[in-house]
Amino acid sequence: MAEIEGGGGGHKKGGKPKGKKMSTRVDFTPMVDLGFLLITFFMLTTSMNKPKTMEINMPVKDVTEEEKQKVKASQAITLLLAENDEIVYYFINETTGDPETPVITNFSKGGIRATLLNKNKELLVKANANNYDSIPVLKEMYRMNQITEDEMKKRISGIKANPNALIVVIKADDKAKYRNLVDILDEMLICNIGRYAIVDITPVEQDLIKTAMSLKPL
Amino acid sequence: MPKVKVPRKSTSVDMTAMTDVAFLLLTFFMLATQFKPEEAVTIDAPSSVAEVPLPDKDMMTITISDDSRVFFELQGQQYKEELIKKVADIHKITFTPDQIKNFSLMSSFGVPLNNLGNLLNTKSADRAKFVQAGIPCDSLNNELAEWIWQSRLINNQVRVAIKGDQDANFPVVKQVIKTLQEKKVNRFNFITNMSTETVEK
Repeated sequence: MAEIEGGGGGHKKGGKPKGKKMSTRVDFTPMVDLGFLLITFFMLTTSMNKPKTMEINMPVKDVTEEEKQKVKASQAITLLLAENDEIVYYFINETTGDPETPVITNFSKGGIRATLLNKNKELLVKANANNYDSIPVLKEMYRMNQITEDEMKKRISGIKANPNALIVVIKADDKAKYRNLVDILDEMLICNIGRYAIVDITPVEQDLIKTAMSLKPL
Repeated sequence: MPKVKVPRKSTSVDMTAMTDVAFLLLTFFMLATQFKPEEAVTIDAPSSVAEVPLPDKDMMTITISDDSRVFFELQGQQYKEELIKKVADIHKITFTPDQIKNFSLMSSFGVPLNNLGNLLNTKSADRAKFVQAGIPCDSLNNELAEWIWQSRLINNQVRVAIKGDQDANFPVVKQVIKTLQEKKVNRFNFITNMSTETVEK
């Protein structure tokens, strides 16, 4: 057995004088010390969390104009990512086809997320789509064994592919940061929006940002 | 009256079990540790709620630093070796076997082709000091497209990941995405960090 030598003791009274018997026991303490030192080192250097990814599909580039799908004006929202983490969004007026007054918002909870969630819900209620409950609710129901896994998946894809749901067009200004793009894609995930596209910004929209910013109350 | 003898217990503790546990843990951590390969640039990735883990192999990573430099990396030593040979062939550059070896061992790089030889000549220890200007990816001289295209020819399983710094300027990102689309890569990943925020109910 490997143990620490209990010190002293061990002398037998009387008896023959023997040749000094060396103990076969080895002191393990330094080895344990070294072991723990190495453990500490590896524990501190290990990074357990792997980086996560966000998959994104871009449309095939050489699609002719005719093949492109037209989006119903009432269903679409255009988000312009501006500098300083601000977002300018506008809807297209259904009757005139002109953009409505742009609104400035930001990435806070009450900002773009509230807008997207409200607008999406409004559209789905108007279209009498009954499955507008959100994905986390469905996941929770699955956890509580109220629905099966298949049903959960079916309903989740149903939410994302709902033809009446909001369609988001994302356009980033040249002054925007990469962070803004990831943040807005994140919002798509959070708000259960299945249909969105990243599109190049037009000069008209760049002017729109400028005018919206100049009108912004300080 | 006989004295009550208190049995004298040994103070020595059996260390075997503890040693066993210690070394078990040590083995675990040693095997679980993945040392970070030396990156040419430090990237502070933006955080997101995405939960898909990054695949381990067959990745092609395009790194965009906060000062708008673009870096490229293809995973797999044998692929890298093939890649540099092919690119060298196309551009009529010759690399020595040492340079090719260095390239296959290097993680990401961000130099134009005409400077790649110099980078490969520096020792790996001094490479951090080597100023890497970034791979040109504008419409005049799009070397990034070349790297992407050749990588896809060499390894057709390759998946593309964009690892951008959160303060990277959007025009560069746009240019990289455009290049990818031109090279028929329409599905790619953005590498992000885990966010503490949970999905809204």
